Amino acid sequence: MKILFSLISVIVLIIVATLGAYITSLHYAFGIIIPYVALTMFVGGFIYRVVKWGQSPVPFRIPTTIGQQKSLPWIKQNKIENPTSALGVIVRMAMEILFFRSLFRNTKTELREGKNGPELAYGSAKWLWLGSLFFHWSFLIIILRHLRFFLSPVPYFVQLMESIDGMLQIGLPALYLTDVFILVAITFLFLRRIFIPQVKYISLPADYFPLFMIMSIATTGILMRYFYKVDLIAVKQLAIGLATFQPVLPEGIGVMFFIHIFLVSVLFAYFPMSKLMHMGGVFLSPTRNMISNNRMVRHINPWNHEVEVHTYQQYEDEYREKMKKAGIPVEKE
Amino acid sequence: MAPKVKLPKPGELSQIDFKIPATDWMDTPVEFKPGTYCWGAKEKDLLTLGLPNPRQWSPADEDWKIPEGWETTILEGMAERLSKYRSFKIFMDICVRCGACADKCHFYIATGDPKNMPVLRAELLRSVYKRYFTKSGKFLGRLAGARELDMNVLKEWWSYFFQCTECRRCSVFCPYGIDQAEVTIIGRELLNLVGLNIDWISGPVANCYMKGNHLGLEPHAITGNIESMVDDIEDITGIRVNPTFNRKGAEIMFVTPSGDLLGEPGIQTCMGYLMLFHELGLDYTWSTYASEGGNFGFFTSNDMAKRLNYKIYAEAKRLGVKWIIGGECGHMWRVLNQYMDTWNGPADFLEVPKSPITGTVFENAKSTKMIHISEFTADLIKHNKLNLDPTRNDHLKVTFHDSCNPSRGMGLLEEPREIIRAVCNNFYEMPENTIREKTFCCGSGSGLNASENMEQRMRGGFPRANAVKYVKEKHGVNMLANICAVDRAALPALMDYWNPGVGVTGVTELVGNALIMKGEKERTTNLRFEDLPGKGGNE
Repeated sequence: MKILFSLISVIVLIIVATLGAYITSLHYAFGIIIPYVALTMFVGGFIYRVVKWGQSPVPFRIPTTIGQQKSLPWIKQNKIENPTSALGVIVRMAMEILFFRSLFRNTKTELREGKNGPELAYGSAKWLWLGSLFFHWSFLIIILRHLRFFLSPVPYFVQLMESIDGMLQIGLPALYLTDVFILVAITFLFLRRIFIPQVKYISLPADYFPLFMIMSIATTGILMRYFYKVDLIAVKQLAIGLATFQPVLPEGIGVMFFIHIFLVSVLFAYFPMSKLMHMGGVFLSPTRNMISNNRMVRHINPWNHEVEVHTYQQYEDEYREKMKKAGIPVEKE
Repeated sequence: MAPKVKLPKPGELSQIDFKIPATDWMDTPVEFKPGTYCWGAKEKDLLTLGLPNPRQWSPADEDWKIPEGWETTILEGMAERLSKYRSFKIFMDICVRCGACADKCHFYIATGDPKNMPVLRAELLRSVYKRYFTKSGKFLGRLAGARELDMNVLKEWWSYFFQCTECRRCSVFCPYGIDQAEVTIIGRELLNLVGLNIDWISGPVANCYMKGNHLGLEPHAITGNIESMVDDIEDITGIRVNPTFNRKGAEIMFVTPSGDLLGEPGIQTCMGYLMLFHELGLDYTWSTYASEGGNFGFFTSNDMAKRLNYKIYAEAKRLGVKWIIGGECGHMWRVLNQYMDTWNGPADFLEVPKSPITGTVFENAKSTKMIHISEFTADLIKHNKLNLDPTRNDHLKVTFHDSCNPSRGMGLLEEPREIIRAVCNNFYEMPENTIREKTFCCGSGSGLNASENMEQRMRGGFPRANAVKYVKEKHGVNMLANICAVDRAALPALMDYWNPGVGVTGVTELVGNALIMKGEKERTTNLRFEDLPGKGGNE
């Protein structure tokens, strides 16, 4: 039901886009207005969310320590997973953001019947890590590759990336590895969501919807590149127009392009109000981005208000006689 | 009194059903099965502490006697905490439900109940957050994973936030570091706003607030208990140690969980402290006012934790000590390490801890001025300041249980191991995925070590016990060492249930046994009055 709802939503969006593509009078809206609106929503929404997060303070220094603390000089500290320096945190965050360090630790727990009763075993489970890594990196490279539409001349690093991405030189235009990777990875991420019962149980429409969206975006992009070719010169004209805020609408771009750009627009607009904001949130997660120097440097809580306490005087007043009898020194005889 | 519930046999408990319920989790009502939940907080304790909605109630009743308008209280409480804790806001917003945390939780592994998956435990709260604090939840409702706050939701929160031991194991595996402990902490704060705590937490908190410690030991009881340990030490070693209490001008104040003052094997750990400090001639004092290192306030609310924690620095200041040593305890050290200085610091009236024996300056505690007994002891051992005879522990095959909080809220991993290696000849590690930062909870942490929820405790401790079983079968391990008073209270029952024959000990008890004190008589028994290997009359 949840899956169906998300799927139908995406299909409706594709139909809308297709209509838009076939009705020439709507091209201005689909090619220029909607992308601009989406971009505004993306940038504005993203900033809004990050600012909202930033408005809440971090009252306590609560890193999750995943390795030996700094204590005695001969005990080797884990400077990355229990960092006491800014550099350590930067490395920790880089490992987390670029290589999904924590997901790499993933294990799979199994309960089996051993010869002396039940046994719990923890096997390696790297598939989720691998799938996510391929997915996110492919997505990033694909987005960067798209810069060639927006920039003229095409920067060298984009050209380099393209030539590496297309190094297999299969077909013409050359097949991009990332196109294959992203489709395989996202299919994997979708399949694990429906085939692992626990993951299916926790999944919401908001988990399926982005998967279907990205799948559709990748698919329309691939169709456009290899099968239903569009006029690339016209596309580039449009893209540069958008990028320089002097929008032009060249004729004869092709239907598939309008579907593609509409889905991308919807994803961008949807991004800030969804779980996709994990992209921004991961940078702010207090269990990962804080220096673990709690006992060395005092952390200040901006709202550290007064609380009611039970003072020593109150305590002694209640127990003075008992304390004296037990030979415990008191303040007032 | 509720009827006594029979604890199922281990063979039954380990039959875990991982089948997902037929109904969506939002449509699966919460169940209160005797043996799996704790009694509700008592009226008198909430009155003592000035906490909201004191009344007699039972979770088994239909009516929990929650005042009218409680929904507003909770929602305003959420709004306040969203504005106070970035962690809460971020953790509500960015979970992608990848499921990596699911089988990392000891309660999920041992119950198979999907609401014990950290992701779903958080979703219990997140769904309400979405409904009242996000646009998508307001408009799309259930499609966005949002739901109304009602009494069933409140009961569900109570059930599942008191089935989480705040151990942080899930947060090690989360790609965004989402920490369910943080969500549970906030969830419990919200529940406390309408008077929903458990007796096993609010009772000790009230004790600690008024009497200085969770057990409610009054000053003369503390000295009395320690005196009897002193007698025992004299019987065993021929040496009379001489601890002092509330002594002004001592160099060091020693604070340990009150669990070390009552009941085995806590008292043997405490005897270890007494012997060690005496042997060193340490100028230290106990305090009967700050007689609790642990902090069950931490399982109630941030404010409550701060109110209890206040006593440590206040007493150090009153007594005029220079610095503080803390005993073996788990959550105590999360609090001392990550919260105390922020709440009740700066401790600028204290000095940076410096071991009077080795001269080591503990730069790692230069702000809080409080070090862990394991740091202190490991330093002594490294500098050969202790005369040790590890053969006295030769009858033991020891493994070490990392307590959750010193591991994942501090990183105290090697220090206790160095000590164990110096005082024992037979030390074996449990499998890699069950120790250090990946250690499994005893199943009774965060105030859940009551007796009425024994079934749940035996379940929660199953992954830990199973790893002990592994080294028991492989190496003949018969002693589970730890540095936590809750462990010493909870693990004996867990071992008796899953691994009969495995004992439980604090690390400092092992030290006390191996320690050759100046002028001691030849020992024939260990601190438990059991014959020493090769020395006993019965062998």
